[in-house]
Order: sequence, then structure tokens, then C-alpha cells
Amino acid sequence: MKIVVFVKVTPDTAATVKVDDSGNVTWGDAPLVLNPWDEYAVEAALQTKEAHGGSVTVVSMGDESALEAIRRALAMGCNDAIRIDDPALAEDDTLSTAKVLAAAVQKIGDVDMVFFGRQAIDGDTGLTPAQTARLLGWPYVGLVAAFRELDADGGTFTAERAIEEGRQVVASKLPAVVSVAKDYGEPRYPSFMGIRKAARAKVPVWSLADLGIEAPAVKVRLTQLMNPPKREVQCEFIEGETPEEIAEKLADKILAEKVL
Amino acid sequence: MSKQIWAYIDHFKGEALTPSWEAVGAARMLAEKLGGEATAVVLGNGMDAVVQQAFAYGAEKVVLVDDPALADYRPEPYTDALVKAAGESAPAVILFPTTTRGRELAAMAGAALDAGVIADIIEMDVVDGQIVTTRPVYAGKLLAKAVAEGEPQIITLRVRAFAKPEPDASRSGEVVKVDAGLDESAVATKVVEYATTEGGVSLTEAAIIVSGGRGVSNNPDLTPPPDITDENEIEIWRGKQGFKLIGELAETLGAAVGASRAAVDAGYIPYDHQVGQTGKVVSPDLYIACGISGAIQHQAGMRNSKIIVAINTDPEAPIFKLARYGVVGDLWKIVPALNEAFKKKLGK
Ligand SMILES: Cc1cc2nc3c(=O)[nH]c(=O)nc-3n(C[C@H](O)[C@H](O)[C@H](O)COP(=O)(O)OP(=O)(O)OC[C@H]3O[C@@H](n4cnc5c(N)ncnc54)[C@H](O)[C@@H]3O)c2cc1C
Ligand SMILES: Nc1ncnc2c1ncn2[C@@H]1O[C@H](COP(=O)(O)O)[C@@H](O)[C@H]1O
Repeated sequence: MKIVVFVKVTPDTAATVKVDDSGNVTWGDAPLVLNPWDEYAVEAALQTKEAHGGSVTVVSMGDESALEAIRRALAMGCNDAIRIDDPALAEDDTLSTAKVLAAAVQKIGDVDMVFFGRQAIDGDTGLTPAQTARLLGWPYVGLVAAFRELDADGGTFTAERAIEEGRQVVASKLPAVVSVAKDYGEPRYPSFMGIRKAARAKVPVWSLADLGIEAPAVKVRLTQLMNPPKREVQCEFIEGETPEEIAEKLADKILAEKVL
Repeated sequence: MSKQIWAYIDHFKGEALTPSWEAVGAARMLAEKLGGEATAVVLGNGMDAVVQQAFAYGAEKVVLVDDPALADYRPEPYTDALVKAAGESAPAVILFPTTTRGRELAAMAGAALDAGVIADIIEMDVVDGQIVTTRPVYAGKLLAKAVAEGEPQIITLRVRAFAKPEPDASRSGEVVKVDAGLDESAVATKVVEYATTEGGVSLTEAAIIVSGGRGVSNNPDLTPPPDITDENEIEIWRGKQGFKLIGELAETLGAAVGASRAAVDAGYIPYDHQVGQTGKVVSPDLYIACGISGAIQHQAGMRNSKIIVAINTDPEAPIFKLARYGVVGDLWKIVPALNEAFKKKLGK
């Protein structure tokens, strides 16, 4: 199995993200991490390789900071890595990103399975995986919670998708694109050896010329970034002698809000 | 011809999801501002009831692709059908509810039609003929204004961010049937089966949510059954008892049950219930947080709730900074008392 997993680097979930006076996004000295949803994708890709043989290539499009995410994925056990970077990619949207990622899959060649995270926690769009699948013309199975079976030689697999109503079990042909849901299971921690290997790894950089494409047009633009209005809530603490008294008062307060 | 403003109707096996009607309402709003026609797009097999509902919720027209290959949702044939229909009537805008299928189809349609997609918006306006959307980014830590170039503009609407119109069953309109010429044998995916979870109120669509955190297991007075001896198992058992209390209050209020990640990770309740950055993003009218500290990742999922109520033993818990009402106390005492109080006051 030749497997590709796409990952993105994002500020840590605990980061305080703000727009500064010049309109730029900052997160102070909070660390950059492998997008948390992508950890599940890396885990699923690695388990698939471990069960069926082959290799996992981690690919990220981004400037040098993307190496934070790439190294984490390598440390978890990915075999090799590619970073895609080009001055012409300074602006992007999900569709332009998907076009670049699809071109990368074509260039890598003979890929059987492509893994994505559910969404990137910076832009929070969750569009890129399905778009890449459509551009490749490959089947897409989104939000995989579990694989029931995978027949690498026969080129088929069956997966459970996590949907609002529970699980949809889908049989698909390979090659295919999947995104991985948190239900898949906890991602592994990198081993000490893994971390050392990842730190030493040389990560090749592909430009648009290497991919043989022009910079794709960008159609969605963020025209303004804002700090959300402050939620000025003053908490009214409900007190009383007994739980019953507190509950009585609280229920009345809630009923008076007319939200029931 | 007036502009076609489409609203995609998401359904599960022929039953429409409520956020679809929010999209129809938003399409009407846009149609008024842009001078157009609010059109519902229904894809599926045997969809007559949904078509009628779409009119009732305010669609002026329905574009319908009714085809056996659409009996089971899969993104490929659904996108093909949508692209075929869009080719025939060139919509200016296609709105989707940000459900699992809605987001996926919007993404695919964007790729197929080479159109910009703006995901998960909470507001939208028309400025000089241009649709300007607002969407949370960085888990709601920032807001962004986003615009798309060209047509169609594809936009997905955050669930509960746009009002659901009042239905009127007497309304009807024109149904435009599109033959998408789908061929099931050419579809690379097949649905094997569904494993649906027990009903209950859907978390993202819920108007009221009662949530529990790690604190729900904190009741030393509770004696576990003698066959449970393992420390870990005892904690899980305690947590489950705590969620029984939460569930009882939720039932009285007609609410959905939410949870923090700590409660999910500890095994008190399945992941489906997790609220937060790596769980579900919810925006109910009322969110009651019991034994939840209010970590930033939890806040990311529930910050936009209208009224937040917190019950926590620790007066310093960050959740109180978001809460309209707070009780510093033991949820094991407060939650059952609150349930009784509501039962009495709501006549249940
Ligand atoms: C990448 C990442 C993603 C994450 N995603 C999420 C997410 O999606 N959702 C999420 O919730 N978290 C998420 N977290 C975890 C988050 O950081 C917190 O660890 C978690 O929210 C804490 O859950 P809690 O409030 O239930 O537990 P705690 O922080 O342990 O709080 C328990 C609270 O219960 C109170 N308490 C104890 N006993 C009682 C009692 N008897 N009565 C009343 N109150 C009591 C305590 O005072 C305390 O405030 C994420 C973390 C990371 C790193
Ligand atoms: N720049 C990127 N490089 C590699 N993969 C990406 C990039 N952006 C997004 N992805 C992948 O697409 C998924 C969804 O991202 P998004 O559509 O931006 O929410 C992520 O979880 C990653 O797996």
C-alpha cells in the first residue's frame, strides 16, 4: 500500500489568538503543533500500513513552520515527507489548496490511499479532503471511524463513517481518499527513537514547477479579521440555605429568560 | 430570468434535517436582497414529502432529482446530480446547512463547478450586490469577513445561526424535475448498512443542552456494586451514575446531553456527546454546564450559547466567566433538586 497523509501546522488549541493593531493574526509565543485532527489521520494511516505493508508519506503545504507538523508525523512513524512551498502560494483558499494537493498525489504516483484530517483548526473549513477527492476523481469516504476490512490486492475496503445519525458503512474501491474522525481512536505518542529520527530527517521541498502546475486561482478571500465582541456577562450567583432553595431560585431565573 | 438562490435540503433516508429549513429561510432573505428566487434543491429517491415540506418552509421553486442511485447518500452521485441541475439553471448562490453531508457536498460541488466555497458562516449581508459573510475562525477566537468571487457562490450555514421559518402547509410552487442520467453501476462506493444510534435530541440542533464534565463522577457517598473492584471501573461507574442525573434533567427540559472531553476520555459517556474544539460546536438557547471547569477547548464549542448556567464546586472555575447564572455547589445535590423544581414548574 502506498499511502499519503496530508497534514497542516496550526497554533496549539490553548493559544490565545488575537488580531493585533496592524490587522495581523498573532498567538504570542504559543507553540505551533500538528493540527489535532490530523493526528488521527496519521494514526489511521500508520495502522493501515502496519496491517497491510507499504509506506506512509506525510505531505504538508506551507512555509518552514510546516516542519513542526511534518516532524511530529515522522516521529509518530511516517516513512518520509514532502513539504510543498512556493512564493506563488502566498494566498490560498481550500480549492486552490486542494488543487495543489491533488497534483502532489499525481506526482507521487501509484498512491493507493490518501488520508486527511477532519478539518484544520485555524481556518475551520473542513472542505479540502472532499475537494481533493473530487479533483482526483477518486471515491471519498469522509469521517472514517473504523475500517471493517481492507483488501489491498483486490483494491477494495469497507469503512464506518461517523454521521449525525450514527454510522454509515460504505464499501469502496481503491484508490480512495478518506478523512478520519476522532472516533478512530487515540493517536500514538512518538517514541524517543522516532523523535530523534524525525529531527534529523531532510524534508524535500516541492515547488509548483516541480508539480507541473501554475498557482491555482483563489476565489475566497478573507477581507477582514476581527476579535469577536467581548461577551460582557456578569455571572449572577444563586445562593440559598438548601439545594432545594437554590434550585427553586435558579429554575425561576431560567424560566424568566424565556429560553425554555 | 431572476437570480436563482438555491438551498440544499439535507435529509437522512428521505427525512429532512431541520437545518435545511434554516437554509431555505436564508435563501429567501438573499433572494429578497439580490432580487431572485428562493429555490430548494432536493436530491434523493422518493422525495415527494420533502418537496412539499420545502414549499411549506418558503421555497418558491423546487429543483428535484429523484433517482434510485440517490437512495443512499454518497457524495459522488449526489455531486453529479447537483452539477447536472446547476448546469441547467445556473444558480447564483447555493446554500447548504453545515451538516456532515452538507459540508461535504458543498466542498465537492465547489471542486466540480470550480467555485469558491465559504464554510460554516454565522451571518451574511449584501453590500453593493456582493454577499459578505461572517465566519468564526480559530475555534471562534476570531471572526472573519469572507467573500467569494464568481458564480455560483457556495456557502454553508452554521446550524442554528439562521432562523427556521414558520412552515405553512398551504404553500406550493413549481417543481423542476431534472434527469441527472445517473448510473449506479458507475458509482465506486456502495452503502453496506447503517448503524444508527438511539434517537435522542441531536446535539448540534438542540435548543437546550445539559452537559456534564469530570465532576459528575465526584460523589464519594455513592457505593459501587460489589462486583466492581477496579479503581478505574469504579470511576467509570460513578461517572455513568452522574450522567444519569444529567440525563434526567435533560429529559425534563427536552434537552440534549453534552459532555466535556475529560468525561468522554474517562469513559463516562460516548464521544458523540463531546462539546468543544475536537467535539461538536453547539449554539443552544440554554447550556447548563455541570462539573465542567470550562477549559478553552470546551469554550470553543459552546461559547455562543445564549444563556449559560454553570454548576461547579470551585468558585474560581473559568466557566463562571461565561455564565449568566452560577451555582457554587455540588452538582449531586443541585442537579436533582433542579430537576424536581423544573418538573413542578413545567407541570411534568
Ligand atoms: C487538542 C485538545 C483538544 C481538546 N478538545 C476538547 C473538547 O473538544 N472539549 C472539551 O471539553 N475539552 C477538550 N480538551 C480538554 C480540555 O483542555 C480540558 O481538559 C477538559 O475540557 C476538562 O474537562 P472537565 O471540565 O470536565 O474536567 P476538569 O477540568 O477536571 O473539571 C472538572 C470540574 O468539575 C468540578 N467539580 C468536581 N466535583 C464536582 C461536584 N461534585 N459538583 C460540581 N462540580 C464539581 C471541579 O471544580 C472542576 O471545575 C482538549 C484538549 C486538547 C489538548
Ligand atoms: N496546507 C495544507 N497542507 C496539507 N494538508 C492540508 C493543508 N490544509 C489542509 N490540509 C488537510 O485538509 C484537512 C482539512 O483542512 P481544511 O479544509 O482546511 O479544514 C486538514 O485536516 C489536513 O489534513
